[in-house]
Parts: sequence; C-alpha cells; structure tokens
Amino acid sequence: MNSVNINSIIRFVVLILAQVLVFNNINFLGNINPYPYILFILLFPINNNRTLFIFLSFMLGLFVDLFSDSGGIHAAACVTIAFIRPPVLKFTFGMIYEYQTIKFNNTEFSSRIVYFSILVVIHHLIMFLLEIFNIYNIIFVLQKTLFSSIFTILLCALISILFSNKQR
Amino acid sequence: MQQILNFVIRNKTFLLFLLLFVISLGLTIQSHSYHKSKFINSANFLTGGIYESASSVSDYFDLNDQNEILLQENNRLRSQIFNSSDSILKTTAYIDSVSFNGRYRVQSAKIINNNYSSSKNYLTINKGEKDAIKEDFGVITSKGIVGIIDNTSNGYARVLSILNIKSRINAQLKASNHIGSLKWDGKSSATTVQLADISKFAPVKKGDSIMTGGQSTIFPKGIPIGTIESYTLDSSGDTYTIQVKLFNDMTNISHVYVIENLDSEEIKLLENPIDE
Repeated sequence: MNSVNINSIIRFVVLILAQVLVFNNINFLGNINPYPYILFILLFPINNNRTLFIFLSFMLGLFVDLFSDSGGIHAAACVTIAFIRPPVLKFTFGMIYEYQTIKFNNTEFSSRIVYFSILVVIHHLIMFLLEIFNIYNIIFVLQKTLFSSIFTILLCALISILFSNKQR
Repeated sequence: MQQILNFVIRNKTFLLFLLLFVISLGLTIQSHSYHKSKFINSANFLTGGIYESASSVSDYFDLNDQNEILLQENNRLRSQIFNSSDSILKTTAYIDSVSFNGRYRVQSAKIINNNYSSSKNYLTINKGEKDAIKEDFGVITSKGIVGIIDNTSNGYARVLSILNIKSRINAQLKASNHIGSLKWDGKSSATTVQLADISKFAPVKKGDSIMTGGQSTIFPKGIPIGTIESYTLDSSGDTYTIQVKLFNDMTNISHVYVIENLDSEEIKLLENPIDE
C-alpha cells in the first residue's frame, strides 16, 4: 500500500460521492448535469496494470449507475474510455507518453484540455446514446452531449487545477 | 490449445473490455423494460443509507417550504371536514363490515433522492418491505401524483416517476369521462407531461383539469394531475395529444403518500383469470 494506491482509493470514493450527492443535482437550465467523476479515469496513474484499470473503471461506472438508477450506461461509457485511453494519450501528449514519464501535474495546460475534451465527449456520447436508446432522437442526444461536455470539461479543468500540487 | 491460450493472454485487455462492455450493455437493456431492473437500483442498503443520511442534512434547507405545503393541505382537509360533516355517510350506501377501512390504505413516506433531469427518472423513498410497501403501489403528494413503486428492498423503495419514458398512467378529463394514458416524452421540462389517446369527440379546453381515471388498480379515481396547457390532433385525426402542466412541482417534493389498493389483487384475478 503505497501513497499512490491510497490516493487512488480516496479519489474513487470521494468522486463517486461528489457525483451522486452534488453534481447529479445541479440540473443547470433544467437538465444539464456535469459528470466530473470520470476524472478518476482521466488522471489514473499511467504506468500501471491495464486490466486492473479497466476493471476499476467498470466498478466506478457501476457505482454511479447504482446511485442514479440508470442501468449500465455509466459503466459502459467508463469502460470504453478506459480502453481507448492509451491511443488518446499518445495522440495528445506524443513524445512524453512514449517514454512513460508523463505526470499530469507537469503537462502543458492546453494539451491537458485537449486530452480531457476527447475522452469527455466520447464518454458523454456513449452515455446519452444508451440513455435515450433511440436513433430517431439523435439530435437530442448530440445536444445533451454538447452541453454536458462543456460543463464537464470546465469542471474537470477547474478541479485538476485546484488540486494539483505543482512540483517542477 | 496452446494457440487459443496465447490469443487470450495476448488480447486480455480487449477481451476484458468486451466482457465488461457487454455486461453493462445487458444491464442497460434490462433497465429499459418495465419491472426487470432488479440488480442495479437505488433501493438497496448501501445507496439508500447514503441518500438517507444526505437528505437528513439537506432537509433542513427547505423546511419552511414543506411546512407551508403541509399547512395548506391541512387547511384544505379542515375546510372539507367543517363544510360537509355528513358527506361520508351520503357517498356510501352501506358500511361494508368486512373491509371497513375502505379500499385504500395510505402511508406517509419521505423522498430521499429525486431525479428529474434524465429521460428515465426515479425517486427513492425511505420506506420499504418492512413497512409493507410492495411494487405497484401509487405515490402521490397533497397536490398531485408522483409515480408508482417499481422496486423495493427491506428499508427503501424506488418510485418510477411520472417523468419517465416508461411510465404509463390511466388519466381522464375532469369535465367528462374520456380516458387516455399519461406519459412523458423524455424531452419536455419537468413541469409538463403528455396525455395521449384522448378521443377527438372529447370537449378539450385550455385550462381544464386532468385527474386520474378509475380504471387502474393503482390510483383511486380523482387524484389531480394538472391542467391542459395546449393540445394537438394526432396525424391520424382520431385522438388528441394534450400537453398537461403538472400541479406538482416535481423538482421540489419531500413528503409523499403511498397508496395501497386493497382490492387490486381481486381485480387483477378477475381480469386475468388463470388459464387452464
């Protein structure tokens, strides 16, 4: 049990509780909610066991589903972004990722935002597609995805700035 | 054999991803069918407990509002008692000595979790099987209907809100006896629901009241739902679809009543006789 593991466990619990007790009840302009709990997936330490990571993401989504009565939509979306994270990392951070020396606190802000945006949009798209579950309402799905994504990306950036301990 | 094993080991992340994705997809599809979402729901020990302790804190914030609502209801009930002292005797021709408590049993409960932003909204209440609450009981507030119990655990129950695309409730116009079914399209705001299948011969007027019809075994007849906001004739030209503005503020409910129809089993048995 090193400090990284303990840190991850605390993040897991705190992010789920914050999501279900606070962020699920924001309902900005009627029905726009942010989903910043996926910060757990976005900021998970990189040179780590991938199978464990995918399984943890599934559990994270499942717990949020449990609280918000949504079947398995969060779990499906979380598993997907956990699976496609390495290619996205390679795409946004390029060289640093290749050498496995990436530390999210030390990356450039702009590339971090790009990285967040790609994964958040994919997560939200899968989630709302499964929630609405009707191809005729695709415009509604895209609309919800767009608004929620903006909200989530803003919150993720804010939270990651607030809780980062910069050491250069 | 060796090759298969090698394949599994080489692709273990992808296979794990596929397995977990299929599981969550299965759970999602299951949650789309009524009365099937047994495993993943907020009416269990863990989630119910967390929601209850959270709501015990947040309850203090709208104590004034809720007191006001309760006071208004008391007011209305008081004036009913004072103004029609013998109405109870007039409406029933005889007193049924077997079920003298009437057809409906009412219990109060508290909402500990309320959703109204997704297309499938549920509420969680702090009473469950240990308070003799079962599936298919109706849930109302003093102003109107809230939903139907669709899942219970020992201490908690989940309510299928009327703001859920799966919800279907028998409703009628107050002015006439034309019935229709109340549903929600998942898109409109938390104040409007749709009443479909009202016959084109019905006298539909803007501002008229909608109430529950007596044809379901869940709600008693005459519980208020809302007023007609607008209406359109369907493309087939036979039925109206009516936009109903709810009396209830679904975003701000705290105390509810759970209604049990004591005759529901008898009615169901009569309507669906067991095939031989």
